[in-house]
Amino acid sequence: MADSIRLEVTRYRPEGDSGPEVQEYDVPLRKEWTVLDGLNHVKDEVDTTLAFRWSCRMGICGSCGMNVDGEPKLTCATFLSDYAPGPVRVEPLANFPIVRDLVVDLYDFMEKLPRVKPWIIRDDDLTVIDGEYLQTPEELDAYKQFSMCINCMLCYAACPVYGLDPEFIGPAAIALAERYDLDSRDRGARERLDVLIEHEGVWGCTFVGECTRVCPKHVDPAGAIQRYKLKAAKENVMAFLLPRGAR
Amino acid sequence: MSEGLVRAAHDVLIVGGGAAGLRAAIAIAETNPRLDVAVVSKVYPMRSHTVSAEGGAAGVIADDDTLDEHIYDTISGSDWLGDQDAIEAFVHEAPRELLQLEHWGCPWSRQPDGHIAVRAFGGMKKKRTWFAADKTGFHMLHSLFQTTLKYDAVTRYDEVFVTRLLVDDGRVHGVVAIGLFTGKIQAVTAKAVILCTGGCGKVFPFTTNANINTGDGMSLAYRAGAPLKDMEFVQYHPTGLPFTGILMTEAARAEGGWLLNKDGYRYLQDYDLGKPSPTPELRSMELGPRDRLSQAFVHEVEKGRTSDSPWGPIVHLDLRHLGAELIDAKLPFVRELCLKYERIDPVHELIPVRPVVHYMMGGVHTDIDGATPLEGLYAAGETACVSINGANRLGSNSLPECLVFGARAGRAAAEFASTAGPAPAVVEAQAADEVRRLERDLLAAEPGAERTSTIRQEMQATMEDAAGIYRTGPALTKGLDRLRELQDRVGRVGIADTSRSFNTELLAALELANMLDIGECILQSGLQREESRGAHQRTDFPGRDDERFLSHQLAYRNADGTVRVESLPVTITRWPPGERIYGR
Repeated sequence: MADSIRLEVTRYRPEGDSGPEVQEYDVPLRKEWTVLDGLNHVKDEVDTTLAFRWSCRMGICGSCGMNVDGEPKLTCATFLSDYAPGPVRVEPLANFPIVRDLVVDLYDFMEKLPRVKPWIIRDDDLTVIDGEYLQTPEELDAYKQFSMCINCMLCYAACPVYGLDPEFIGPAAIALAERYDLDSRDRGARERLDVLIEHEGVWGCTFVGECTRVCPKHVDPAGAIQRYKLKAAKENVMAFLLPRGAR
Repeated sequence: MSEGLVRAAHDVLIVGGGAAGLRAAIAIAETNPRLDVAVVSKVYPMRSHTVSAEGGAAGVIADDDTLDEHIYDTISGSDWLGDQDAIEAFVHEAPRELLQLEHWGCPWSRQPDGHIAVRAFGGMKKKRTWFAADKTGFHMLHSLFQTTLKYDAVTRYDEVFVTRLLVDDGRVHGVVAIGLFTGKIQAVTAKAVILCTGGCGKVFPFTTNANINTGDGMSLAYRAGAPLKDMEFVQYHPTGLPFTGILMTEAARAEGGWLLNKDGYRYLQDYDLGKPSPTPELRSMELGPRDRLSQAFVHEVEKGRTSDSPWGPIVHLDLRHLGAELIDAKLPFVRELCLKYERIDPVHELIPVRPVVHYMMGGVHTDIDGATPLEGLYAAGETACVSINGANRLGSNSLPECLVFGARAGRAAAEFASTAGPAPAVVEAQAADEVRRLERDLLAAEPGAERTSTIRQEMQATMEDAAGIYRTGPALTKGLDRLRELQDRVGRVGIADTSRSFNTELLAALELANMLDIGECILQSGLQREESRGAHQRTDFPGRDDERFLSHQLAYRNADGTVRVESLPVTITRWPPGERIYGR
């Protein structure tokens, strides 16, 4: 193994006149080093001005998503040695506005997330004195996979539909809606369907499946979207047959 | 106030969006829906370090368990330094808080009949640790965060870093903060402020903590005149991965994992922690408390019974006998992390581990309602020291601590804010001072001779040498001298990055300044505690000394920047100091 590898890193300062540029850095190639370790080496030893987000370095906080050689990745869980001999392109996540260097603007997702009401909805709120809502392991398994979303935004960066139509509510938000719909404690499916049945809800998706492929936590947003399309189609048929009050 | 300098005024402002901060926000919204709540966090809330907690959250729920047993386990675990009134309140309220999280959607692991499942944990005599597989913190944080989205009263300032508290005559009125996106420095006033910024593991070189754990809230309080309590007590978790410091949860041992030295021997049996048995026994062997397990590791190193790795001596965590099915059901994240970061499969292979800095028992001194000595200032979670953890925290007590005391601080701050008046005009001058300090001393300064990363690395090495698992007076003194040198040098750090947008170099410099303050408090408090208790082990004072030191230590900042340590009695209710007994 060579002892170093070249990173081709996107640089961008909003104060400058020009658009994003590429800067090259050679970093040590060590078998235990991730792409994030390489970036931190640059930040600490080579160029203190490089800007990127990171925190837990164990693949759970969701901060350090970037496009690595064109593919959305958690850089803390992506090893440099898998890209040897390099070079490795490190770019901000695609489909988001760039704020600075490798940092993208997540405002759009943060604004969309509450729209799908990702919380438990019930009319008959038990108080905690009444104890827990019973939920069998099988009922837990029904939604568990969708609850693993870390909001890392790799699925948005991979989604060709979101790239073309930023109004599309997007894979993670739909997966989280499904997470609550499938939770035996929740009664909010109707309210969420009202949101997702809209044009920019689930219909934009052309079932490319990239979101599921790139998810680092094995969530299946594409599956969630398909299920909503079925629910919405059924709803439309019902709407045709019955007045709303009878549904 | 002048146009632009004060961005907004709120009733309660929470600094930090982890479990404690978000729980506080909901408590305020539910206590008094008319109050306007702000959550200011340097990261998006769902990135907060709560996300990394793995093993679980303790709360008495099983039929064979009692509140008194949880209280006793916590007190003896704390080596009698925890305040017993606070521990009693904590243990009483923890189950209710965990049930509340259940109602908010937390996917707790279940028994076949649908009731909450509990697991064993270190230092606990009964099974009482609620868990969501081994991603408990992740699920708690996302449940809390998503639940906060339904409260209109909660305004979020994401990726906004607080640099100073606004204080007038002992009363806190808000903060000055820098928005990372634009670099804009502004004041945000509030009738009450709650600090929930988590711990400060990054003071040390080898830690389970995330990059963001730089003790910001502790430093903010300390500089504003509030004392930091029991800062000498630093928890080393016995099982971290050697290079990364990534946590191998205690749940791995609770589910039956063994700690083996290089001879394959379960060495804990040599350290008064009980006798090995094939299945886990509560409060025994691998389920002893973290301080004692980490200390045993050091003795194994001294006896030459550990293995070598490129990152120093290691022992092994053995899960092989548990089988793939149990590991995948109860410890899937452990397996995922081992496969990813060590390229080993714990179903078939031994996991290399060594002790790693994990948690601060100390923090901002608060009463049982999260109130600090500064009027209008509250703290909760790892940032705070109530204290329920004393000299050693038990695993799975920290997550419910965030909930119980986050809620308590939220309610207390809400009550205070309901009657308090707006900020006086004088704080505007303070805000202007702070803007000048940041603009002139940091952003506009010529790039200096010193580099933040170099000083940070030297600080971390200093802390490890001086305040490791075992400490001595001379080493602590030497460490303090070294930190004061670094304090001088940090003034010569320049910021090469001239962009205002997402200037992480500036952020790192401000975080480093926070950590240097905290490091001094840890070392000065450690120097003055001339005894060995819990996680604070002095080889020059090897015994616990209740006569002199059954007391908290409060670290205050002197005007010249040095640390002054005062003592405060421990609250004893029903459990007089006794011997800590494990495995017998």
